[in-house]
Amino acid sequence: MYVSVKGGEKAINNAHSWLSEIRRGDVNIAELNIKQISEQLTLSVDRVMSEGSLYDKDLSALAIKQSRGDLIEAIFLMRAYRTTLPRIGSSKPIETSKMLCLRRISATFKDIPGKQKLGPTFDYTHRLLDFKLLADGEYEKAKIEKYDDKEIPHVLSFLNKEGLIQKEIPSGKTSKDITRNPINFPLTRSERLQSLSRGDEGFLLGLAYSTQRGYARNHAFVGELRTGYVEVQFEIPELGIEINIADVMFTECESVNQFKGSKKIPAQFTRGYGLVFGQLERKAISMALVDRSMRWKEFGEEYLGVAAQDEEFVISHCDNIQATGFLEHIKLPHYVDFQAELDLVRKIREEYKKNEQRT
Amino acid sequence: MQNETRKQWLSSLATADENYLISLWDNLNMKIEYNWLREPEIGSVMVQGKVGATGDNFNVGEVTITRCSLNLDKKIQGHGYVQGRNKYKSKIAALCDALMQTEKKEIIKRNIIDKLIKYKNNKRNEILSKTEATKVDFFTLVRGEDK
Repeated sequence: MYVSVKGGEKAINNAHSWLSEIRRGDVNIAELNIKQISEQLTLSVDRVMSEGSLYDKDLSALAIKQSRGDLIEAIFLMRAYRTTLPRIGSSKPIETSKMLCLRRISATFKDIPGKQKLGPTFDYTHRLLDFKLLADGEYEKAKIEKYDDKEIPHVLSFLNKEGLIQKEIPSGKTSKDITRNPINFPLTRSERLQSLSRGDEGFLLGLAYSTQRGYARNHAFVGELRTGYVEVQFEIPELGIEINIADVMFTECESVNQFKGSKKIPAQFTRGYGLVFGQLERKAISMALVDRSMRWKEFGEEYLGVAAQDEEFVISHCDNIQATGFLEHIKLPHYVDFQAELDLVRKIREEYKKNEQRT
Repeated sequence: MQNETRKQWLSSLATADENYLISLWDNLNMKIEYNWLREPEIGSVMVQGKVGATGDNFNVGEVTITRCSLNLDKKIQGHGYVQGRNKYKSKIAALCDALMQTEKKEIIKRNIIDKLIKYKNNKRNEILSKTEATKVDFFTLVRGEDK
């Protein structure tokens, strides 16, 4: 018989006090403030905003501090806060062609209008620990040069003109907001992209890598990668005037994949698309590759039964808050469930013994 | 009132650096009487992207927004829709929006709106000039056998 038990209240309170103390660390070391985090751990802040699905740097920095730097825990905090916010409305779709770019590169075309601009990147660094950062306060200043303030067109729009690449034309299909409606497979591509954009970077990276190694047969090029600020336009309901309500940093990746053609479509290049908050290019590229591999049906490609082609598998497992919620709940008390299993195993063993004695 | 110019000042107020806007407003030291139509509330706007940059819309994620509405002398309404979670910023934006419709327009324009525009332009120029410095100049090496 199992008797329900109460208790643990003191243990829990004391555990949380110790958590608070250990979060603070050695009191002889200066305490981190939110601005230090949002200014100096920018890519952590970006990841928490992207997967937390809420663009707010201060909140993201707070979540990182509160979670002792555990980014999934921080994302959890952001998601929880996000659900408390009244939704004022939806923006107009953003124009990434008008992005104020910090970085813009193409791995497919060398000479492009707007040129290749590296921006503040880790690429081409030697990945050697920089012991100068152990010392205080030294940094190099960014160089500046004169510029033309022209719009930077998307690289793939040039292929478009020759008809060499599949075009992205609005289908007129309506898509649901997956945060407000239950997910019903099959999904529209818009619903998949919403899900991928808030999906776990590590999971998407692994899946994207699997497609490169041959599990979905799609060899991707980075047609274009750009990071920068985009104006978010929103119509003020009281006035009917559309204003630039927010400036948001995005990273966008358009991948290009060769396509031999099928019964439906002649040979041409096809595209995958990645768009995420912040400067998260590993995630944007991963998103584009996984988006492309899930489009096999649309292009009449063969289904190879691999994970990256299976939208139900990908979308059901890419959300790290759903995943960690289910995974971590098994460490919480399951005494009743386990007691039942224990009884069952004992019973089976007894029967087994009896049978053994009989023979 | 021309919607184009109102659109412009509302945009500048919405995306202003909050500390900068607050310091500009506080420096003016204006005492304005107003009534709340809607007290500042924090919420979110869902940001839409386009599939492949040109196709169907999709939801990317939300951005925090604070809004409020007020009126001056029960006649002129001001709306403060701003990025972020700063209620004071939202109130200043609503007051500026309202005052831009009164004879105080020039004071607000000169001391706040124009400065916000300048601040944003400077930021923009800074980014563009740093980005330009990282532009790749390709050159072709002459191969030995071509001599």
